[in-house]
Amino acid sequence: MIRAFGWVLRRDLMLAFRRRGDVVNALVFFVIVVSLFPLGVGPEASQLRNMAPGVLWVAALLACMLSLARLFAPDHQDGTLEQMLLAGEPLVVLVLGKVAAHWLVSGLPLVLMAPLLGLQFDLPGDALGVLCVSLLIGTPILSLIGAVAAALTLGVRGSGVLVSLLVLPLYVPVLVFGAGSVGATASGTGAEAHLLLLGGFLTLSLVLAPWASAAALRIAME
Amino acid sequence: MNWGSWQNFIAMGGYGLYVWGSYVVTLVVLAAEIAALVMRRRGVIERLSTFYAARRRNHETET
Amino acid sequence: MTKSERFSWFVFSSPQTFYPLAGKLQPWFAAAAALLCAVGLYISFFVAPTDAQQGESYRIIFIHVPAAWMSMFLYLVMGFWSGVGLVLNTRLSSMVATALAPTGALFTFIALWTGALWGKPTWGTWWVWDARLTSELILLFLYIGFMALQAAIDDPRRADKAGAVLALVGVVNIPIIYFSVQWWSTLHQGASVSMKSAPTMAATMLLGMLIMALGFWMYSIAAVLARVRSIILERERHTDWVAEEVGARA
Repeated sequence: MIRAFGWVLRRDLMLAFRRRGDVVNALVFFVIVVSLFPLGVGPEASQLRNMAPGVLWVAALLACMLSLARLFAPDHQDGTLEQMLLAGEPLVVLVLGKVAAHWLVSGLPLVLMAPLLGLQFDLPGDALGVLCVSLLIGTPILSLIGAVAAALTLGVRGSGVLVSLLVLPLYVPVLVFGAGSVGATASGTGAEAHLLLLGGFLTLSLVLAPWASAAALRIAME
Repeated sequence: MNWGSWQNFIAMGGYGLYVWGSYVVTLVVLAAEIAALVMRRRGVIERLSTFYAARRRNHETET
Repeated sequence: MTKSERFSWFVFSSPQTFYPLAGKLQPWFAAAAALLCAVGLYISFFVAPTDAQQGESYRIIFIHVPAAWMSMFLYLVMGFWSGVGLVLNTRLSSMVATALAPTGALFTFIALWTGALWGKPTWGTWWVWDARLTSELILLFLYIGFMALQAAIDDPRRADKAGAVLALVGVVNIPIIYFSVQWWSTLHQGASVSMKSAPTMAATMLLGMLIMALGFWMYSIAAVLARVRSIILERERHTDWVAEEVGARA
């Protein structure tokens, strides 16, 4: 099983790096969206500091959402997905491998970029650290939940907008506690509770989301 | 609850817009749903009759 | 009766037997709805007294709270029947789930609309980021997502099952969403702005709300029965019994 996970992970990473445009896509979107906000609301530092957690988190959320189209659709189109369903390995493991690759390509770069963008918003050092940790825990959750929506809408027309519609209500708790953790640090109340809850969501998603995605893939491929 | 007069009832102590805005919109929404259900049923029966008639004609020409 | 003649409710799990049953039951539920809502409206306007703090504007509560209750209840029922359809592979359960969604979405809209109209005189703004209103808004998105997903998939059985997975994921998430939004709202606004600060419940107010809620429930059943009958006709159009039924009606 571990070997199957590793194989899927390595394959998806290899494919992603061959089409480097996709890799950079999420990151560039993230940077552009975040950089547009000060231009829209004005350069006043205190206002930007207040907005920063929300803006950075929403931008990360949107960037992740945009990249979900790449998760299952290409494999579905060239027939690899069908082979994966027929393979002896449990589908849950294969899905987990794909989601892990998706996160490494579309989520982790955001985590690494966030401190630099946080500086644009005049966030203090400890808030930057909490921002990174919250994104580190949160972006995998976004990938996991997104996988369920991507699997449900496989091959459906208009699936781009549909995925966003399906996934946004489910992203709300992650957003609330992710952005909330940074806000709590800035206001001095401490982010432990938020981060622990995020960790709880991550565990829950790790258990439930691959299973739901696998079920959805089977339904889509019947 | 004694309102005293129609005017008092409509005015709702100054909140008439909000109270009636709520009740009337609710009524309109539910009435619209009922109308939509009736129209849906009629539409289904009409479309299916055409479908069955066409199917019958096809069978007749084939046999 | 011998064992083989014993009646089983499962006979109604076939669309063909459920269709006439739904047709017979529907007028009764519609009548019950009309009666209960009439009584509820009478209580809300002519029995319940004026509130000391909110004046007459609190009367919106007789629609807002029952509609919110129905919106959540109908989502759970939708999730239940979706799940049954997914696990037991029955068509009728999924058809009922599909029939529930629009009614649930409409009650969610009513809850949001009346919530806004209640918020304006009470707190001065049309929209309040109160935990319950915000959760209602997210619930509306969940309903719309379910309906959009089913509409986008052409194959009815795939639409049934995909909708079921989505509905079940939603059901699991609703407590999580509500909890997060509540945390977020109390953190940012404190307890002052909350739909919970309704007037202390006089017995008549609670009675009015309960009767309106029952009325809405009866209405929902009647509407869903009517809608599922149309869905059955559409989905089972290749069968002889539907051809006969339509022939008799057209």
